[in-house]
Amino acid sequence: MKLPIFLDNHSTTPMDPRVLETMLPYFVEKFGNAASRNHAFGWAAEEAVENARKQIAKLIKADPKEIVFTSGATESDNLAIKGVLEMYGEKGHHIITSTTEHRAVLDTVKVLEGKGKATATYLPVDKFGMVSPEDVRNAITEKTILISVMLANNEIGTINPVKEIGKIAKEKGILFHCDATQGVGKIPVDVQDMGIDLMSFTSHKMYGPKGVGALYVRKKNPRVRIVAQMDGGGHERGMRSGTLPVPLIVGFGKACELCEQEMGKDTARLIAMRDRLEASIMKALEESYLNGHPTNRLPGNLNISFAYVEGESLLMGMKDIALSSGSACTSATLEPSYVLRALGVGTELAHSSIRFGLGRFNTDDEIDYTIKKVIEIVTKLREMSPLYEMAKEGVDLKSVQWAAH
Amino acid sequence: MAYSDKVVDHFTNPRNMGSFKKDEEGVGTGMVGAPECGDVMKLQIKVQNDMIVDAKFKTFGCGSAIASSSLATEWLKGKTIQEAQKIKNTDIVQELNLPPVKIHCSVLAEDAIKAALADYQKKADGTTTDAK
Repeated sequence: MKLPIFLDNHSTTPMDPRVLETMLPYFVEKFGNAASRNHAFGWAAEEAVENARKQIAKLIKADPKEIVFTSGATESDNLAIKGVLEMYGEKGHHIITSTTEHRAVLDTVKVLEGKGKATATYLPVDKFGMVSPEDVRNAITEKTILISVMLANNEIGTINPVKEIGKIAKEKGILFHCDATQGVGKIPVDVQDMGIDLMSFTSHKMYGPKGVGALYVRKKNPRVRIVAQMDGGGHERGMRSGTLPVPLIVGFGKACELCEQEMGKDTARLIAMRDRLEASIMKALEESYLNGHPTNRLPGNLNISFAYVEGESLLMGMKDIALSSGSACTSATLEPSYVLRALGVGTELAHSSIRFGLGRFNTDDEIDYTIKKVIEIVTKLREMSPLYEMAKEGVDLKSVQWAAH
Repeated sequence: MAYSDKVVDHFTNPRNMGSFKKDEEGVGTGMVGAPECGDVMKLQIKVQNDMIVDAKFKTFGCGSAIASSSLATEWLKGKTIQEAQKIKNTDIVQELNLPPVKIHCSVLAEDAIKAALADYQKKADGTTTDAK
């Protein structure tokens, strides 16, 4: 076993060596521009891109023509939301989304609100982090033109009832955008069955290269149109100009193909390792709380709050394991995780949360090591924690008058 | 974020971690911060003849908060009450090489020192109220 261990597979994933292998010829040897229609270099590049488009479409049960390449999920979210609003703004400007969306969705909507171009409803989630389809239905107004709800949450892994939401959207004739960044490649996704009209996802979360993603844009029933946010040569059916990064796209395609072929095997392994990690930690450490849905969540996700210890100190105590925390100290905004707060997790427990993100290349040995380390460091830091001491003495921490600063 | 060697050292080998009984004679206790803010420090001093003979801490917080309080106990030991009053958060920042985003940890440590000293003073002055 090699240290450090990478258990932060929600942030990004290592590239699968098989992906790299398929990409290599497209840097030096087959370097053509896929938009060059009049020579062999261009044809080779175009063929590679179209092959990747097929691989990607197959994974999500779409038509290859419905795949628009972007730089990643953030761009796809921006393109979908801004593109729909600009195209259908005459019908209305109301967007329905949820409080636990990724910032790429939330900030895009907020910017549009700030400019007076949109109004938005931010749906709450239940204690497991799930959006209620009925809430979606009730939020719809005559002015609603877009529903944007994520497939699976990046912090807690909870999977939303996307199919039910898609049904409501269809019934009401409203477009449904789904940020499926964390879900595609990990769980089965079928844009037809789920009633999704636009879907964002990205290559580097599924063992492909960074710098390329896609927006699925439905072509039939209904034919969705969006206004391009990048103008230029009219690539990607006019929806996203810019020379296609052929090697990245080839890698993205291969990554999708591998996910499709190996999803069953990967999922079984991940769930076994994740459940063992969860059970071992929870059994050894009292007052550890699972964040997110107990069963309906991504196979590789485990998010736990360890009462009385702070997240960043936990990460610091496990330097040789790459993890992430919902603690304020680890965020750029110096606020504890808004996702955990939206579930109703108390601020102090949000500060105490650790996200374990397991992926294709983690091993049982790594999980054993992690279990041992987590138990060690939580125990050590609790010994050091005045809160733990007080709780042990029977002090109700909620009754204490803290000098907030 | 990369931590300075000194922060890592204090975090890994905390000095004077633990507690005195709050009602023990000569003990002053300072508890500052709040769980919602992600850091709570408890700092205690044991005073004999105006001299801090021992100090202990317990901290809930990030590595820099733990290191700041650990360092504070180290500095407090052997100082008189008057000398201890002069410890400034900026001294802690300098010693631990804390980045701007972690300065509040040093402020909290200074507050904890002040609170412990005040508690000791209050007890010495004859009141018996418990520290908060």
